[in-house]
Amino acid sequence: MTSDGEALLSVRGLVRAGIDIPDFELAPGEALAVVGPSGSGKSLFLRALADLDPNEGDIRLRGDARGAMSAPDWRRRVTFVAGESGWWAERVRDHFEDWEAAEPLAKRLGLPEEAGGWTISRLSTGERQRLALVRALVQEPDLLLLDEPTSGLDTETETAAEEILAERLSVGAAILFSTHDEAQAGRLANRCLRFAKDGAAEITSCR
Amino acid sequence: MPLIALDYWDLALAALLLLVNAGLSIWLQLGLARDTLIAAARMAVQLSLMGLVLKMLFGMVSPWLTGLFALAMILFAGREAMARQERRLAGWWGYGVGTTAMLAAAAIVTVFALTTQVRPDPWYDPRYAIPLLGMILGNTMTGVALGLHTLTATAAREKAAIEARLALGHPRNDALRHVVAAALRTALMPIVNSMAATGLVALPGMMTGQILSGVDPVEAVKYQILIMFLIAGGTGFGALTAVLAAAARITDGRHRLRLDRLAPKKAR
Repeated sequence: MTSDGEALLSVRGLVRAGIDIPDFELAPGEALAVVGPSGSGKSLFLRALADLDPNEGDIRLRGDARGAMSAPDWRRRVTFVAGESGWWAERVRDHFEDWEAAEPLAKRLGLPEEAGGWTISRLSTGERQRLALVRALVQEPDLLLLDEPTSGLDTETETAAEEILAERLSVGAAILFSTHDEAQAGRLANRCLRFAKDGAAEITSCR
Repeated sequence: MPLIALDYWDLALAALLLLVNAGLSIWLQLGLARDTLIAAARMAVQLSLMGLVLKMLFGMVSPWLTGLFALAMILFAGREAMARQERRLAGWWGYGVGTTAMLAAAAIVTVFALTTQVRPDPWYDPRYAIPLLGMILGNTMTGVALGLHTLTATAAREKAAIEARLALGHPRNDALRHVVAAALRTALMPIVNSMAATGLVALPGMMTGQILSGVDPVEAVKYQILIMFLIAGGTGFGALTAVLAAAARITDGRHRLRLDRLAPKKAR
C-alpha cells in the first residue's frame, strides 16, 4: 500500500480551512470510518475530497491526479452523498438516468417498485436518504463518500444498507463514511479517521 | 391639432387632488400625509430639473454630452437594480454584472433603433436618443434586477439540490439549469404580461402622450409597437447577459457552487 499503483485513493497535503488531515491511503475494498463530535469537520473533509469546496492537496485515484481531470469526471468516480439529500425534479425517476436499473437496489432498501413514479414532496426524510444513496450507487463510483448514510434508518434497513456497502467493497470499491455509531464504524471499517473538536484528525483503529 | 400648453395654475389645480389625499390621510390617521407630500414635491423638483437639463441638451445636440447623460442614466439604473436584490454578488460584482448587462443591452437596442428605424438626423439627436434610452433602460432594469434577485435567492435556497447534482458529476450548467430558467422566466414575466395587456387594459404612457400632443393615433400606435419590441428585446438581452454572468460567478471552473461569493443577507 505504498505505491500509487496499488492504492485506490491517496491523499497528501490536503489543505482546507477548518480541518487538519493527515496523509493517508485507501486500498481497493477498504472502508474508512470518519468519526468525531458534531461540527468537528467530518462533512467538510468529505466535501473537500469530492472537490465541492475550494481545497488543495495531492489527491489521486488509482494514481490519477484529481487536478488532471475535470471536476465532473472526478465526481463520477469519487461520489459524495450529503447528509441532507437534494432533489431538482418533480418525480423520483427523473433523478435517475435509468430508474429500472436502480429498482433492485431501491427494493433491497425497502422501497417498492412504483417508487419511481412518486413525487418528491411525498417522500419521508428516510426515503429520500435511501434514494439518494441508490442514486450514487447505480453510477458505480470507485470511491463513495457517504455523510452519515444510515442515520435515521430503522435497524432492518440499516442492515440492508450495510450489506450493499459490503458488496461494493468486495468488488474493489472503497468507501469513506462518517458516522456517530462506533459499532457501525467497527462493522464496516478497520481504520477510523478520528476528528477532535478543533478539526484535527488522526488515523486510529476503530476497535 | 395644436398642443394645449399647460400653465402653472393648471398644475396647482391638479395638486389640489394631493391635498385632498393628504387631508383624508390625516382624518383617517393613515400616517401617509407627510410621505405623500414629500414624494410629490420630490417628483415635481426632479422632473423640473430634468426638463431644464433636457432642454439644454436638445439645444446643443452634442454627441459627447448626450453620451455622458446616457451613461449617467445607466449608472443610476445599475445602482437601483443592485438595491433591489436581497442576495447580491459580493464586492464590485454586485454592481458590475447588472450595470454592464444593462449598458450592453440598452446601448445596443437604442443605437439599433436610432440608426435603422427612427433615423433622426443626426442619429444621436438627444430629442430621440434620451427618451428612447429611458424607456428601454427602465424596463431592462426591472428585468435585470428581477433576474439577478431570483437567481441568487433560488440558488441559496436550492443549495442541496444543486450540490446533489454536482456531486453526481453533472456539469455546473446542468446543475444550475432549473435555477437559471426560473430567473429568466421571472425577469421576462412583466414585459410579456404587459405586451399581452397593452391596448386592452392599459393605454401606454408614451402613446397617450403623443396623442395628447396632437399626433394621429395610428401613428402613435406604430411608435408604441416599435417601443414595446425594443423594450422586450432590451429586457431579454439584458436579463440573459446578467443572469448567465452571475450564474458563472456563483460557480467556478471546478464546478463548485460558490455561495461564499454572495454578500451577506441584507438586514431588513
